[in-house]
Amino acid sequence: MLESSRKAQLYSIIPYLKKYKKSILLGFVFILLTNAIGIFEPYVLKQAIDALQGEITSKRLFLFGLAILGVVIAEGFFLYLTRQTLIVMSRFIEYDLRNDFLQHLQKMSQRFFHKFSTGDLMARATNDLNAVRSLVGPGIMYSSNTIILFIGATTMMLLLSPALTMYALIPFPIMVLVVYKLMGKVHDIFKEAQEQFSKITTHAQENISGIRVVKAYVQEEREKRYFDQLNQGYIEINLRLVKIRGILWASMSFFSGTGVLLILWIGGSKVAAGEITLGVLVAFFALLGRMTWPMIALGWVINLTQQGIASMGRINEIRYAQPDIATAAEADLNITSILGEIEFRNVSFQYQGQPVLQDINLKIPCGKTLAIVGPVGSGKSTLINLIPRLLDATGGSVLIDGRPIRDIPLDVLRRHIGYTPQETFLFSETIRSNIAFGMGDASANQYEEAAQISQIHDEIAALPQTYETLLGERGINLSGGQKQRIAISRAVIRKPSILLLDDALSSVDTYTEEEILSRLRQLMKDRTSVIVSHRISTIREADEIIVLHDGKIVERGDHQHLLKIDGIYADLFRKQQLELELETL
Amino acid sequence: MSTQEEEKLGKVYDATLVRRLMPFILAYKKQATLALLMILLASAFQIITPKLTQIGIDDYIQHNDLAGLRIIIAVFIGVLVLGFFTRLAEMYTMEWIGQHIMFDLRQKIFGHLQHLSLTFFNRNPVGRLMTRVTNDVEALNELFTSGMVAIFGDILTLIGILSIMFYMNWKLTLATMLVLPLLFIITIIFKIKVREAFRAIRTRIARINSYLQENISGMMVVQLFNRERKNFIEFDKLNRDHLDAYLKTIFYFAVFYPAVDIIGALSTGLIIWYGGIKILAGQLSFGELVAFIQYAIMFYRPISDLSEKFNILQSAMAASERIFSILDQKQEEGHAESEMETSPHLRGEIEFSDVWFAYKDDNWVLKDVSFVIEPGEKIAIVGATGAGKSTIINLLGRFYTIQRGKILLDGQNIDSYGLQHLRRNIGIVLQDVFMFAGTVADNIRLGNSQISDEKIRQAAKDVNALGFIEKLPCGFDERLIERGATLSVGQRQLLAFARALAFDPAILILDEATSNIDTETEILIQAALQRLTENRTSIIIAHRLSTIQHVDRIIAMHHGEVREIGTHEQLLAKNGLYSRLYRLQFSAEQSANTPIETPVI
Ligand SMILES: Nc1ncnc2c1ncn2[C@@H]1O[C@H](COP(=O)(O)OP(=O)(O)OP(=O)(O)O)[C@@H](O)[C@H]1O
Ligand SMILES: Nc1ncnc2c1ncn2[C@@H]1O[C@H](COP(=O)(O)OP(=O)(O)OP(=O)(O)O)[C@@H](O)[C@H]1O
Ligand SMILES: [Mg+2]
Ligand SMILES: [Mg+2]
Repeated sequence: MLESSRKAQLYSIIPYLKKYKKSILLGFVFILLTNAIGIFEPYVLKQAIDALQGEITSKRLFLFGLAILGVVIAEGFFLYLTRQTLIVMSRFIEYDLRNDFLQHLQKMSQRFFHKFSTGDLMARATNDLNAVRSLVGPGIMYSSNTIILFIGATTMMLLLSPALTMYALIPFPIMVLVVYKLMGKVHDIFKEAQEQFSKITTHAQENISGIRVVKAYVQEEREKRYFDQLNQGYIEINLRLVKIRGILWASMSFFSGTGVLLILWIGGSKVAAGEITLGVLVAFFALLGRMTWPMIALGWVINLTQQGIASMGRINEIRYAQPDIATAAEADLNITSILGEIEFRNVSFQYQGQPVLQDINLKIPCGKTLAIVGPVGSGKSTLINLIPRLLDATGGSVLIDGRPIRDIPLDVLRRHIGYTPQETFLFSETIRSNIAFGMGDASANQYEEAAQISQIHDEIAALPQTYETLLGERGINLSGGQKQRIAISRAVIRKPSILLLDDALSSVDTYTEEEILSRLRQLMKDRTSVIVSHRISTIREADEIIVLHDGKIVERGDHQHLLKIDGIYADLFRKQQLELELETL
Repeated sequence: MSTQEEEKLGKVYDATLVRRLMPFILAYKKQATLALLMILLASAFQIITPKLTQIGIDDYIQHNDLAGLRIIIAVFIGVLVLGFFTRLAEMYTMEWIGQHIMFDLRQKIFGHLQHLSLTFFNRNPVGRLMTRVTNDVEALNELFTSGMVAIFGDILTLIGILSIMFYMNWKLTLATMLVLPLLFIITIIFKIKVREAFRAIRTRIARINSYLQENISGMMVVQLFNRERKNFIEFDKLNRDHLDAYLKTIFYFAVFYPAVDIIGALSTGLIIWYGGIKILAGQLSFGELVAFIQYAIMFYRPISDLSEKFNILQSAMAASERIFSILDQKQEEGHAESEMETSPHLRGEIEFSDVWFAYKDDNWVLKDVSFVIEPGEKIAIVGATGAGKSTIINLLGRFYTIQRGKILLDGQNIDSYGLQHLRRNIGIVLQDVFMFAGTVADNIRLGNSQISDEKIRQAAKDVNALGFIEKLPCGFDERLIERGATLSVGQRQLLAFARALAFDPAILILDEATSNIDTETEILIQAALQRLTENRTSIIIAHRLSTIQHVDRIIAMHHGEVREIGTHEQLLAKNGLYSRLYRLQFSAEQSANTPIETPVI
């Protein structure tokens, strides 16, 4: 059962290998040639020793020496080629795997990223990838080398002395047995180790990302202690692995030593008995000598292989995860743009059985504005996220331009949406490329215009490097409101059919907010927008305002209408008024 | 890291690195001695076998003495068995040491990172720092286990082999070793080349990791803005650079490996030729010749195998350069606990006097800022975005050091307080909310075990978060993921707020702590806050003026300068910055009140 899963992981590497069929084939040929040539060195030795026992000139001796050198030079040439093909191939596979990894992640929805933490994904992309690389590179190279050498050496031995060959080979079956026994254990423990390593990575990642909170709340010592625990767990697992590796390693040299021992004993007796020449004995020693390292390496290779397989399994967990939000099979590829009418029909949504939205019915005609208000956690962001399909409704249907949203190819849909999420995320690139993020190449006119709309242009222009200023990760070197306004520019530069602003002015002062809103109104005249805000001033001019409460629309209508029905909205309005009046006292 | 720094790193020599690594090894002196002993034994057992063969051939096989041969065989078996156990012990102790050193190192880097300044973190992407703590340490581990130890063992073996060869026949040994200088030269060239390549690899892998980590964190934005393709191409470029750097090392190894073999063969050739002549002259026995050939193989094996270890070694050296470059970063000052512990709770008097501050060079963010906050006073800081409000907070917590002026706390310069003591007395709700993976309760309490469940509950209640927490399937024990991504943004903000309250600090600082929170909830929080900020110095930063309606005084900031300080009424009367902000907000609300005939659109 375990066996078969391991096999499946191993097989999953094959597609990657296929791409380099030629390299592999060539590599094998080179290994074959390396060994075929190399095997003659012991033969030359034998000839030399045997010749020494008779009459020989020093000139002939010199030729023997030269022959040995010649053999090894030829062997070395092919060894060079072997490494240049097989190891190079393994690095290419690593490269392919890494690229595929990112490409696959790019297809995954938020649900996936909530399941796998960044640190965990990073661990897989680095450590596990490395282990797989070792499997396809040195792993394949050394194991095929060992096998071919084994065959070659055995053949040579058989040619020299069949009787002695038997003895020389006695240790090998035992060796195989030992290796086989230990193999499975390496796999399991290694997997455990990698999982623990993931935890370490995750913790480091979190700690560094949240270092500001760690410092503000003086949590350094505790963080260290916790890290200590994880670290401790990691070395404990590793030490278990070490025990097995130690046994593998030690027994490999033990067995190859046994081979030499048997030759000395049996072969020695045979020489004494005159059945074989001393040259043959020396050749056997030399052959076994050649096999010693590859045999020891075999233990190492097995270790690599098992680690590689375990790691491939962990990478496959990511690779085989199905993207749950993608362009649907029924999508109409003829749709290349959208106008912006949005409709929700009986939409409901739940996170793992927890209902968040219920019976949402909405229709936003092209060019109109919908505003959403509601308390913390009432489902506003969730509702908005259904429009660019960051989430798919679990019940009912969302329609864009009168067509089910799944009919529209995902990239077309998103290309026509400008979204400023509630939480700003900027990249560590220049301000310019952050604003032009969704645009490919934007002209200076374009990004400056976008920056003007969100009222950040003047501040950017005052920076020493203006638009070319490099941001730190997540825009760390900007103020809260500056980040938010860049995120707004990033959305409006697309001149989107649908603009989504999720509490996107929360860190901006009222004055700036007013300025931004009035410019936005200009831009969004013929475009559809959905705005979430807690400030009535931001939303009162919307065509329709809905009040969300516990995932349900409890009130709807325009500002006047809502005041008239005197419900939650009117109450909210009065409260915001009241506060201000209080202040005027 | 700038290329300049990278250059400087290049000048670090192995000797320096090894010297710096030494203390980590010396921490395990006993184990290291044991390991050394085991290596010595294991090497001895290995070296002895060709000699046994020689004796076997010369004394017994050549003389048809099978009984004698059996004695040699018996010794041989003993050597093998002992060799097995010593090797096992060697490997285990070595790896044991390696694992522990790795543990220590990782601990040390992580611990060191904790006390670096925010300036450092602003400059270094998370992905890069993670690479240091994880991958680079891992690379170093191999240095200790497979690398350093094995190499040490190899060197001992080499010395052993040489001595035994000299003992057997010094002339032949010299002849065999004629090629040694050649080996030296090749090794040195190789080392230089490969180190360069490995350095490039280390830098590039860190780049890949940073890029990847950022893309994973911001994947939602990448997807929303259809950047998958473009970012992939970017990533591909980084990946490709990394590959290219590796291809270079592969080339060097592919050359080095056979080169060592060839030099080894040159030796064997010399043995056959020169040794053969000696045999003909009767100065050398067959057994000795055979032993010499075996020794030559034994001698060059570890060297060519050394090239494999070089791989590990060079990569580890490159990694340790990076690690030490972090350990060399200066920590924030004032971490020595002890000073100023005398007054556990501060009164909370704050004074900024002529403070000038710039994050970089002389881009002044705060210009000549002065103000005094009395103990127990409630102060609001208002001003347009980017005015420098959060910066003031950052300075108060001493996250950055000011260039000019003084900041006093209870009349003492804040530099004279221990950092931990200072920060323990200040509870900050940061503008950027951060949640850790862990339970809701953990996120409020963080590591402070003195905060009881009761207190957590109370804090949650004060910020009106109790309602949603109790609705979670596991309540306070509900596990949050990274950054609290399964909560709504407002919910996260409430938790961050509760966190600050639970810590019950002498000074409470709220930097836009309710920006994502609805008015209804905010009003409820205000009521609780009234009670909580009584007799507690508090600083509230907010754009919504309704948030700050109960403060004692207001500081209005503009472009890094303090423009106005005073009570609400005073500032309104002044008819300046604040009153403008106020009217604007007020009129916005007012106009909302008046019926809209024609849409402003
Ligand atoms: N780490 C940093 N490195 C460099 N410059 C910074 C850094 N943090 C902030 N700044 C700059 O300092 C200025 C003041 O920023 P600060 O965060 O104090 O503003 P703020 O008043 O809090 O604004 P907001 O209301 O938008 O949060 C801004 O121009 C900002 O770009
Ligand atoms: N990924 C998730 N998994 C489980 N529950 C979630 C997830 N995301 C949000 N929720 C829950 O769904 C509810 C609605 O969240 P949503 O983010 O839509 O609220 P919101 O109205 O935008 O609130 P806020 O004003 O705080 O932004 C909340 O109770 C939240 O805890
Ligand atoms: Mg929200
Ligand atoms: Mg701020």
